[in-house]
Amino acid sequence: MNELKSTREGYGQALLELGKNKKVVALSADLTESNQVTKFAERYPQRFFQCGVAEQNMITMATGLALENKIPFASSFGVFLPMRCLDQIRISVCYNQANVKMVATHCGLMTGEDGATHQALEDVAALRSIPGITIIEPIDYYQAIKATKAAAKLKGPVYLRLHRAKTEPITGPLTTFKIGQAQLLQKGEKVTIIGSGPVLKEAFKLNSFLNFKPEIINCHTIKPLDQKIIKSIKKNKKVLVLQDHQKIGGLGSAITELVSDQNSIKIKILGMPDKFGESGTIEQLWNKYGFSTRNILKNVKELIE
Amino acid sequence: MKKITQIKELKLKANSLRQEVIKMLCHSGSGHSAGPLGLAEIFTALYFNLLKHNPKKPLDKNRDRLILSNGHVCPIRYAAMAEAGYFPKKELLTLRKMGSRLQGHPHRLDIPALEVSTASLGQGLGVAIGMALAAKLDKQNHKIYCLSSDGEHDEGSTWEAINAAQKYKLDNLINIIDRNYIQLSGNTEEIWPIENLRKKYEAFNWAVIEIDGHDFQEIISAVELAKKIKQPVCIIAKIIPGKGVSFMEKQYQWHGKTPNKEQSIQAILELEKERKKIDHE
Repeated sequence: MNELKSTREGYGQALLELGKNKKVVALSADLTESNQVTKFAERYPQRFFQCGVAEQNMITMATGLALENKIPFASSFGVFLPMRCLDQIRISVCYNQANVKMVATHCGLMTGEDGATHQALEDVAALRSIPGITIIEPIDYYQAIKATKAAAKLKGPVYLRLHRAKTEPITGPLTTFKIGQAQLLQKGEKVTIIGSGPVLKEAFKLNSFLNFKPEIINCHTIKPLDQKIIKSIKKNKKVLVLQDHQKIGGLGSAITELVSDQNSIKIKILGMPDKFGESGTIEQLWNKYGFSTRNILKNVKELIE
Repeated sequence: MKKITQIKELKLKANSLRQEVIKMLCHSGSGHSAGPLGLAEIFTALYFNLLKHNPKKPLDKNRDRLILSNGHVCPIRYAAMAEAGYFPKKELLTLRKMGSRLQGHPHRLDIPALEVSTASLGQGLGVAIGMALAAKLDKQNHKIYCLSSDGEHDEGSTWEAINAAQKYKLDNLINIIDRNYIQLSGNTEEIWPIENLRKKYEAFNWAVIEIDGHDFQEIISAVELAKKIKQPVCIIAKIIPGKGVSFMEKQYQWHGKTPNKEQSIQAILELEKERKKIDHE
């Protein structure tokens, strides 16, 4: 078994490496360690800006830095960034097409024991309709490293959706990653399972219970959506979306928009059913809110019946 | 750009900008009147005396940055920029029209020298702080000017930014407050009291200078002094909203509406009268 590591750790590692570029600066809203920014802050103290518990100002500060040719990475928890500073993201960052990288750790039910206040489940829905933003949710540690480095290269606003918990990596250091290019994780038939973030690995558990292999696609870039996934969708005509996010407004909604002019395609979305979360372990929460193997299996069977 | 130092000449320039603003607003049929008219002296002083800038090289890296946080007063900035040569004056009458670079609220991608798209209040000072930090990192000597409204001091984010400026000891940052005592729905102290502004800024370790925002000597000396102070500086400029047009002065109702044709003629006549007075000074 590979060493367990979190996507936020991948971000911290990549940010440290990116520090060689003097244009890269980092900001955190009193969550330096939680956001995994400590190593960067220690190595490059003059390029680290502590912003206190003031996320709105952190985002406008990052905008000013970006407009002066810096590449700012501003980090906080997903419940505060983007939720608390959405207007700043809309106007200061996106309307200006400012080159700000917004990094939210602690997204989804995966935040676990901290409970509803700290489980970002609405962030993608809040951001997805803002023009010009790129939204990426890497599946594991290695992909988070690559996503962070790719975000630094991409000109324009990027939101990285990351997670607190350590999980087993399913990609490796050499797996290719390109923003906007979904990744086929398992070739299969009858049903296409699409997801983003570590929750997608739950789909592999179905292999032991089905007499066929479903196609599994890691759609790490939620916006812009890879139009090529439509090929797999058209082939199987049945789609199951897994997202550790509200059912409303997330990746599933994006895919539904993509195929809205297609007849005979059936889509089911597994996500938070318009509720707030609660304290619990990841396993308990995923089981309760729809990501148990049993429930995923049930939904796949309903789709292919 | 060549500095105008004669007060009389600056006054005439401010008068011209006011007349342009009236024409623009009358033509557009929507927008804000009181704020832009009140700021004619401040913008004249900035663009024709104080700012280090070059309309022929609008993005020169050594230029002073001017962030207009209260973006809704943009007609006066557009008028000043056209007068300075950033774009043709005839473009002013396209304000708020489809396809115009002169958006209802300023958009940097249309005119880069606007520095930043603003108008959601409470964001400009934070952006200015980011720019001031970048200037420090790059060891540049230009100044970052932010113009903010008194009304946007209702926003918590403005106070987050004020605190950030002291934390990072930004002595390259000057925030000029348009203290005109009005906001959209009424007078500032009735809507959301913000006094004592001086004491509040001082408590946040800013240097504070209070001036008459219509007196060129006071504006210019305050900014020249601010440039030398090793702290972030706040200049509280007392402004008469709607200045120069009798029926608009100090009337909050003119915050967010524009004069019709008749009212515009009346306003221009009053401004012409004032111009003659300046001429005879």
